[in-house]
Amino acid sequence: MAMETKTVEELATGEAYKYGFVTDIEMERAPKGLSEDTVRFISAKKEEPDWLLEWRLRAFRMWKTMAEPTWAKVTYPPIDYQDAYYFAAPKTKEGPKSLDEVDPELLATYEKLGIPLQEQEMLAGVAVDAVFDSVSVATTYKKKLEEMGIVFCAMSEAVQKYPDLVRQYLGSVVPYSDNFFATLNSAVFSDGTFVFVPKGVRCPMELSTYFRINAAQTGQFERTLIVAEAGSYVSYLEGCTAPMRDENQLHAAVVELVTLDDAEIKYSTVQNWYPGDAEGKGGIYNFVTKRGACRGRNSKILWTQVETGSAITWKYPSCILQGEGSVGEFYSVAITNNRQQADTGTKMIHIGKGTSSRIIAKGISAGRADSTYRGLVRIQPKAEGARNYTQCDSLLIGDQCGAHTVPYIESRNPTANVEHEATTSKISEDQLFYCLQRGLSEEEAVSLIVNGFCREVLQTLPMEFAVEAQKLVGISLEGSVG
Amino acid sequence: MDAKTTDSAPFLDRLEAVDTDQPDWAAALRRAGLAVYREEGLPHAKVEAWKYTRLDGLTRSAFEPGISAPDGITVPDGRIADMAGAHRLVFVNGCYRAELSDDGLADEGIEIVNLGKPGAAPGWVAEHMGRVLDLDGMPLAALNAALWGDGVAIKLADGAQLQKPLHLIFLAAASTPAMFQSRHLLIAGRDSRAAVIESHLGLEGAPTFSNSVVEMILEEDAVLDHAKLVDETEHAYHIAATALSLAGQARYNGFVLTLGGRVVRNETRVRLAAAGAECCLAGAYVADGEAHVDNTVFIDHAGPGAASRVVFKGVIGDTARGVFQGKTLVRQYAQKTDGHQLHKALLLSSGAEVNAKPELEIYADDVKCGHGATAAQLDEDMVFYLLARGIPEAQARQLLTEAFLGDVVDEIASPEIAAAMSAALTRRLAGINADHGA
Repeated sequence: MAMETKTVEELATGEAYKYGFVTDIEMERAPKGLSEDTVRFISAKKEEPDWLLEWRLRAFRMWKTMAEPTWAKVTYPPIDYQDAYYFAAPKTKEGPKSLDEVDPELLATYEKLGIPLQEQEMLAGVAVDAVFDSVSVATTYKKKLEEMGIVFCAMSEAVQKYPDLVRQYLGSVVPYSDNFFATLNSAVFSDGTFVFVPKGVRCPMELSTYFRINAAQTGQFERTLIVAEAGSYVSYLEGCTAPMRDENQLHAAVVELVTLDDAEIKYSTVQNWYPGDAEGKGGIYNFVTKRGACRGRNSKILWTQVETGSAITWKYPSCILQGEGSVGEFYSVAITNNRQQADTGTKMIHIGKGTSSRIIAKGISAGRADSTYRGLVRIQPKAEGARNYTQCDSLLIGDQCGAHTVPYIESRNPTANVEHEATTSKISEDQLFYCLQRGLSEEEAVSLIVNGFCREVLQTLPMEFAVEAQKLVGISLEGSVG
Repeated sequence: MDAKTTDSAPFLDRLEAVDTDQPDWAAALRRAGLAVYREEGLPHAKVEAWKYTRLDGLTRSAFEPGISAPDGITVPDGRIADMAGAHRLVFVNGCYRAELSDDGLADEGIEIVNLGKPGAAPGWVAEHMGRVLDLDGMPLAALNAALWGDGVAIKLADGAQLQKPLHLIFLAAASTPAMFQSRHLLIAGRDSRAAVIESHLGLEGAPTFSNSVVEMILEEDAVLDHAKLVDETEHAYHIAATALSLAGQARYNGFVLTLGGRVVRNETRVRLAAAGAECCLAGAYVADGEAHVDNTVFIDHAGPGAASRVVFKGVIGDTARGVFQGKTLVRQYAQKTDGHQLHKALLLSSGAEVNAKPELEIYADDVKCGHGATAAQLDEDMVFYLLARGIPEAQARQLLTEAFLGDVVDEIASPEIAAAMSAALTRRLAGINADHGA
């Protein structure tokens, strides 16, 4: 079909990725390669306490014995873990005390990315923690949050200021031995965000972290930990971009969420790492472990993700539903184009009585991409009356791409109710014709239909992100369909 | 072979029992099977395709080939699929027994050959045997290829019609642990039509291990109705692979009913090679006690415009476990594919478990594919509705369970087969509900 040939051709220009610039800024790096010395170097740089260094070293020793997982439906050349920098930071004399002290070059970078940190501090709305390569460079709205007892700061700062909290929760959801990439992260994580919402506090604004990979040949390993005490609520957003480079860069993050009684965490991601060019050259390898533990009664964790970037996505945000009546939700849109590969999904582990979960996953595959939904719903014997509903829909655009669904459903309690459905289809000629007939251009029509296809997911995003995500859906598929 | 190989790949020593006087094709098949089985060994939990079905128990009994059945064994008519007027071929412990079977079929254009003596098999057996089932990743089918001892080959000439259903009856009865590996082949010529029923029955006795392979080739416009009933003993391992290849416009109506066995795995692999091929595969299972019932289905849409529909339902009680793994693969050139899959499980007790993995792998864009899976207990509202109408609880539950599985029986195209399967199911459910009711 002529329309579809255009797809591949137009996208080949790679113009769709507007975040591909590089910021020229002086960097400080750890020596290339990975060894115990690298781990010690990072820990020393961060002036970490002994227990954390020990923890890192245990992880590193374990990692050396582990093999890279091969079960995901992604293919990539072997990664040389010695041929990368594990720590890179913009050079500054001391940490900035306020935005005025932040390197103007950095502020300009974030402005260019559409995240004007200064402006955001003026306007009410979103508190932002900006992570540049390996370190957090700026956090806005800190003061206002502190007054309410909410901690929102860089992980490295939290280790210094709130060591007990960090020690109590770090690794309690994703242990250092969890999997190859999480273990690597545990050994070399450089920074990330720490959020702590005390009992009964409803965080009045969206908290947001903006991740940026800038330096070449550098991996990014951030670690995010969010703890919501009883009766609290927080909504957290994360965004990510990286420059266009011919090499592949590794991003292996770990996110841990903990909710206690009646607490709720809403975690939204718009992932737009550089996806590589039309021939699949360059792009980020995104191997991420995200997991939330609903420890308290009636607690809730909601994951929303819009995955449009990365050459390879390997990501399964999960919920461990321990607390009686706890709720886990997962909403995902994964868009792959050109030669991108995404293997993403979720795990819902029902342990407590009356736990419920809902999974809505939308996969859109275009060009020569492969998109896989891989998910697990497990009902443990004691999860009396547990409930799960899963819906996975895939949309294929063009005949060179693939869309796959690999759900695992395990139920060990008769009173549980588990439902799963999946469909695969393409944009129907009837839908297109209907829109064209009403005066829309083909491109507008496709964008409308695709946005409609993703609607259920996009509408769970906070408003600030929903607008960005909708545009992103359009951009990612630009030309591919119309 | 070293000791390690014997541990991970047991039964290799049983090769000594295999007759060495064989034609080339049989020897080649054995060599191929042996190579794969040596390489892959008995599947363990880390092997994805066998993730939910463990075969560890197989090594706990000293299964031996060639164990003969007690004298005077007869076909227990009350337990087989009730197909009046069917032409029977009876196997006992994997070996064909002429004296229990009906005399040669006189239908025109139909050839039935016993495979006990491979040397005597006609050319078409040599040509097609082993051609449909790819042994890679199929270690148990590979073991069968290495060790198979008996079986039947059926050929329908172009346009031939089997007048009566063909009923293959497999009886297992042994006083010491016995293993049997039978292998069968069916070739349905262009525009031919046949109905084949398999009944696998375990009679009381020692543990048995049946590992069978059936290969079926349906040429253009051929129509095959195929049903399989598995009612083995609570000590029996029943592992079966059925592989089919369908040419253009061919139609396969399959049904698999599992009512008994310790570990049962029915693996069906269907290749829809050309336009208009159609596969309708349904199944039901009732698992109680410690039974483990696995239905694994792989549908390969290798040609455009083919359709597949897979529906399985199971009732699981006590500490039994049900497994459903269904995969639909749509290759890049298989445009206009219509592929659907459904699995529903009813859990009757707190120790029961179900594991489902319905999978789609799709490389063509103009397709309609979907799958659904559910797991739940009986709807208490429905039970209450019946109670409110004066129906005793045990009966209400039986009615609802029967209705739940009854849907699948409705998928069967042939009314005679549907009636036979329905009768077998009702017989079985009367038993399970007596235990679980109330």
